[in-house]
Amino acid sequence: MRVTQGAFSFLPDLTDTEIRAQIDYALSRGWACSVEHTDDPHPRNVYWDMWGVPMFGIKDAAGVMLEVDACRKAHPERYIKVNAFDSTRGIESIALSFIVNRPQDEPGFALERQEVRGRSVRYTTRAYSADRPAGQRYR
Amino acid sequence: MNKPLDNPAITDPKARYKAGVLKYKEMGYWRPDYEPKDTDFICVFRITPQEGVDAEEAAAAVAGESSTATWTVVWTDLLTAADSYRAKAYRVDPVPNTGPGTNAEQQYFAYVAYDLILFEEGSIANVTASLIGNVFSFKPLKAGRLEDIRVPVAYVKTFKGPPTGIVVERERLDKFGRPLLGATMKPKLGLSGKNYGRVIYEALTGGLDFTKDDENINSQPFMHWRDRFLFGMEAVNRAQANSGEIKGHYFNVTAATMEDMYERADFARDLGSNIVMIDLVIGWTAIQSMSNWCRKHDMILHMHRAGHGTYTRQKNHGVSFRVIAKWLRLAGVDHLHCGTAVGKLEGDPLTVQGYYNVCREACTKQDLSRGLFFDQDWVDLRKVMPVASGGIHAGQMHQLLDLFGDDVVLQFGGGTIGHPMGVQAGATANRVALETMVKARNEGRDIKAEGPDILRAAAKWCKPLEAALETWKDVSFNYASTDTPDFVATPSASA
Repeated sequence: MRVTQGAFSFLPDLTDTEIRAQIDYALSRGWACSVEHTDDPHPRNVYWDMWGVPMFGIKDAAGVMLEVDACRKAHPERYIKVNAFDSTRGIESIALSFIVNRPQDEPGFALERQEVRGRSVRYTTRAYSADRPAGQRYR
Repeated sequence: MNKPLDNPAITDPKARYKAGVLKYKEMGYWRPDYEPKDTDFICVFRITPQEGVDAEEAAAAVAGESSTATWTVVWTDLLTAADSYRAKAYRVDPVPNTGPGTNAEQQYFAYVAYDLILFEEGSIANVTASLIGNVFSFKPLKAGRLEDIRVPVAYVKTFKGPPTGIVVERERLDKFGRPLLGATMKPKLGLSGKNYGRVIYEALTGGLDFTKDDENINSQPFMHWRDRFLFGMEAVNRAQANSGEIKGHYFNVTAATMEDMYERADFARDLGSNIVMIDLVIGWTAIQSMSNWCRKHDMILHMHRAGHGTYTRQKNHGVSFRVIAKWLRLAGVDHLHCGTAVGKLEGDPLTVQGYYNVCREACTKQDLSRGLFFDQDWVDLRKVMPVASGGIHAGQMHQLLDLFGDDVVLQFGGGTIGHPMGVQAGATANRVALETMVKARNEGRDIKAEGPDILRAAAKWCKPLEAALETWKDVSFNYASTDTPDFVATPSASA
């Protein structure tokens, strides 16, 4: 399967040139970029590991690309995304987020069902890879 | 422009309160000298006076009948600080392109100011009972329409607004930087719960973020509401596991009574749904109650504007949708259908953009070309996610993105379910078209001009998109809009 979180997951994986163009766009809007990575892509895992703090001072896409590269080198088998943060009052949230690296093999998620009262079911989504401890999930 | 110098109000108390009938102007409802206060509620009505009724008197009558007046003089006014309770018509402008020499009867924009004391805090029911309670049946007017309102900041702060809002909705869904995608399940009526869930499953698995009940899906013999909810949540959860993305289905909890609606909403929550839906026809009080319920239960509230066309569409009579949108932002909904401009339903593009501005901006600026008569400061009230739904398809993606930007739910019902390769393929076509277009826009391409080329290029590697573009290549709905702004190129209207 293919985890389709992020803005461009239905497209072929972005090339470095394409990633850079998106970062250029984000910086031109005054957004701060950050890099995050995880080996727990559960849809409700909102706290991926931060690759350093958001780069509020960096105005050049090349600087952000250096961090993307460094993160990819350190964690080639993890999901890595670039976020762009808009600090405008009333937004103060992420304005763009897209995946720039993913494991070669994505086993996906099991849906567990617990039959409860009447015909109701309690659903739990569980990543097949989550059986293994953090750091050993994708190899 | 139109400023009669004399204030016709009778000021001598003996003459003013002599039993009998006075003109509304004489009773003090026409006050051309009045300077609206920042705390006043301001309305602009489009009025068509009856033959022989002058514009100022008609405007005064609107002010009177929407505030303190009755048809005759009453001495009991003297027991009150009547002058402050009277609404004041303070300005009347002829509507461009109406009157002699045109196809339309003479109409006027009448500006009326209301003191804040007239409105109960936090109650749209009360606001509407005043502003549109009596005046629209009033005989001296042939027709009247509430075109726009300016809500004073002090009154805005008495409302809690959207329970979730655009920003928090995105954080809950973990989806940023692109419009959301949805589809209304079709056929609207007749599917069993199991078959209905199948359509949800296919559409969400294919790539949509949301699916939706239609406005008239409640609990009918072919599908009782509990069945719909149970099968629907199986579909939502399966699709979530298939994609690793948060998905949702708007369960319509519209029902005969508040008790029924709460029961349905509770069940949706217990099953793990992140969103419920209501129809505009349930009324303002029920809307505000459901908004409170959603706040309490961390749910997104989707509003389908069912029925609005009965009073928003005709230019000369009713209430403009921009006013409905303002009331709904105050009342507190998270999603609001605002039109597509390019789809099957009524909507002039600029007018529709005006509705989007009302939903999404921190401060809506006066913009007569978009039908916005006033600056409106929303004082940090959360923002409503507009929904574009009705007769749109993947081939229009560049137009939709250009018109509406990122903060919108694009809903392709027929454009998903009617796909020749199946529902999943239909959903995938829309998602690929969307992501392709957002990416191209961000790369600096002129999507308005290059849109069709950009889509064709993506269709080379995405068969479902290729089939969608081929199927709907000639579909457009180019009819003249009935509701367009009337304004003179040099802005003259202001608060």
